[in-house]
Amino acid sequence: MGHVDRAREFVADASRTSWHDEALWFVRAKRDQAADDVPDWESLRTHAGRIKRHALSRLPELWKQFEQNAQDAGAKVHWARDAEEHNEIVADLLRDRGIRRVVKSKSMLTEECGLNERLEADGVEVVDTDLGERIVQLRREPPSHIVMPAIHLRRDEVGDLFAKEMGSPPGLDDPGELTDVARRDLRPRFLAAEAGLTGVNFAVAETGGFVVVTNEGNADLGTALPMLHIASVGLEKIIPRQRDLAPFLRLLARSATGQAITTYTSHFRGPRRPAPGADDERAPELHVVIVDNGRSHLLGRPAFREALACIRCGACLNTCPVYRRSGGHSYGSTIPGPIGSVLEPSRDPVAHAELPRACSLCGSCSEVCPVRIPLHHQLLAWRGELVAAGHRPMLQHYALEVVGRLFAHPATYRGLGALARTLARLVPKTALTRVLPAWTRGRDLPPIPPKSFRALYRERARRRASRTDRREERASGSSHGNEDAMR
Amino acid sequence: MRVALFVPCYVDQLRPEVGLAALDVLEACGIEADFPEGQTCCGQPFLTAGETARARALAGRFIDVFEGFDTIVSLSGSCAATVARQFPLLAPGSRGDEVAGRTREFCDFLADHALAGDGEPDTPWGAFPHRVGLHSSCHALRELGLGTPSESRAPARPDPARRLLESVADLELVALERSDECCGFGGIFALEEEAVSCRMGLDRLEDHRRARAELIASTDISCLLHLAGVAEKNAFDFRTLHVAEVLAAALPERDAREAHGVSDGPR
Repeated sequence: MGHVDRAREFVADASRTSWHDEALWFVRAKRDQAADDVPDWESLRTHAGRIKRHALSRLPELWKQFEQNAQDAGAKVHWARDAEEHNEIVADLLRDRGIRRVVKSKSMLTEECGLNERLEADGVEVVDTDLGERIVQLRREPPSHIVMPAIHLRRDEVGDLFAKEMGSPPGLDDPGELTDVARRDLRPRFLAAEAGLTGVNFAVAETGGFVVVTNEGNADLGTALPMLHIASVGLEKIIPRQRDLAPFLRLLARSATGQAITTYTSHFRGPRRPAPGADDERAPELHVVIVDNGRSHLLGRPAFREALACIRCGACLNTCPVYRRSGGHSYGSTIPGPIGSVLEPSRDPVAHAELPRACSLCGSCSEVCPVRIPLHHQLLAWRGELVAAGHRPMLQHYALEVVGRLFAHPATYRGLGALARTLARLVPKTALTRVLPAWTRGRDLPPIPPKSFRALYRERARRRASRTDRREERASGSSHGNEDAMR
Repeated sequence: MRVALFVPCYVDQLRPEVGLAALDVLEACGIEADFPEGQTCCGQPFLTAGETARARALAGRFIDVFEGFDTIVSLSGSCAATVARQFPLLAPGSRGDEVAGRTREFCDFLADHALAGDGEPDTPWGAFPHRVGLHSSCHALRELGLGTPSESRAPARPDPARRLLESVADLELVALERSDECCGFGGIFALEEEAVSCRMGLDRLEDHRRARAELIASTDISCLLHLAGVAEKNAFDFRTLHVAEVLAAALPERDAREAHGVSDGPR
């Protein structure tokens, strides 16, 4: 089942579609207001986009610089070619230290790598500590949005889940109460965790440090208590200088949720210092795992390279009229929405060939993107690539082949157009509906005109010519041809 | 100045009166437009379906057919955007850039000629006493830059379709909650993702209904064919008109109307 079918299922629930659409549109509107507060928002986007494109043009130098500086600050740096290597590195670090309980703040990279499943297979308990992530983890489903993982759920559904999983009283649907339940459930898990896992929003080459942003402080709490912090970072997350953080931090939260800034902007550089007076046997450790997993492949493709500039704000999801009405799960990919539909076919063209077509090419995504990725043009480019590689819907091949030939020969086009219109006028509407279900399930057919424009144009031209002839006759036949006759 | 009218295939076959309205409006503004009969399709349906080779062939054909015209006036923002944005990538050498520079969306072209100058525009059309909802074409807006997208914080750009409608006496433009959300047509998207497409259309119609629009006008008949289809299926009472049809209906003496037996257009 692909996007088309899952989207059809989602849309079939009209009221859920309405509130999903409205909830995300609300976020989009907040983003618009937040952008209004920044003088020269558009220049800021351009500036941030340029920093990213620059960084992408010299990844090897920047990462080497990062590695050196991170090591100097006391961190260990690991390189992972793909998801499997990443998962092995993390699993080894935990196994070597006998760690069985970890907390993880939100990280789309670890979702992409399937880290939780890998660690659970080792008998490690992984607790996602971001509230939305925790909700989808307990439901054993993937996040449906990259910033708001549980946006597809209503409050009462969360209440039911918490009643089942956390023993809260049934029927809760107040956000404050629900958060309180989750908080009380999570707190002992934070305290018991032996390692904290995080993602990385920005890695800074010149310092060897990195930034993680959250609204819940869960990255701070999850890394402040255990002796081991493992940060997983995608190859595209590097920026050259500390000062380059500013434009991104100004853009990220505004684009994502319409906040001026996230509640927490946590800077890490080297392992944390031991608590004063603590006499732990082990010193705190920081490990950074740099993950490629297909990113360098995308970097080698000029048509799609710029997608690596993405800062994962989710603005393109929020504004996407298709995403809002089909839900994140309809995409069947780790990252849904426009940016996901650009990134995922690069990883697996067979599984995700359909995604670039789950788009009306309205271009709103490209307009909101804080780093100016030409998302809808990339989606269009993907369609050409995938069709050329043989991933072509079966019907399309024949249908467009026929129409394509028609358009190449105007006389045939004219003749068959007239024939088709005549048939369409003669054949009962119900029969047409059966022939064209993709159009007529949700729409009526337009009334079919008896004549095409080109036929009417010829008639008009003939009529004008004869009128002019008559006028000329009249004008020449009249001894006092006045101006009125020429009108 | 030699002006050619480009009439998209679906207008040619399904809404021919739009082409006639455009000719009449242009004529009322003193512009004679030719219709080169060798024209068929700009190739966009193929391009969006990923059939790049076919699209390239049709781009070549378009360029040949419209050779020698100073301006190509397109009765669709979306087709004009294909010429403006995609032909330079599809056509060899500078041919694509060259034709892109000569191609204009109808309202864009007309506004330059009919609304130019300071003070009161001297337009040939009279009144059109109706509440009109302007359906913004994504490609006119975001590809051609005709108007300012709601996402953008760049300095405002004029929207020629809106300016033209505003120049019509007694025409009231309604305010929509989502001024430029996609209607869900999207070419092949309308067929492949039919369920989402129709829901998008329905949401647009609801917005126009809440704004108490009597009819929906647009630069793009493709969007309107989709919206009219969804409206009919869901018992909405909307007429859908190209901006050219609105202007033509407001022309004081439109002999073309009786001559072609064209009324106010289909519902």
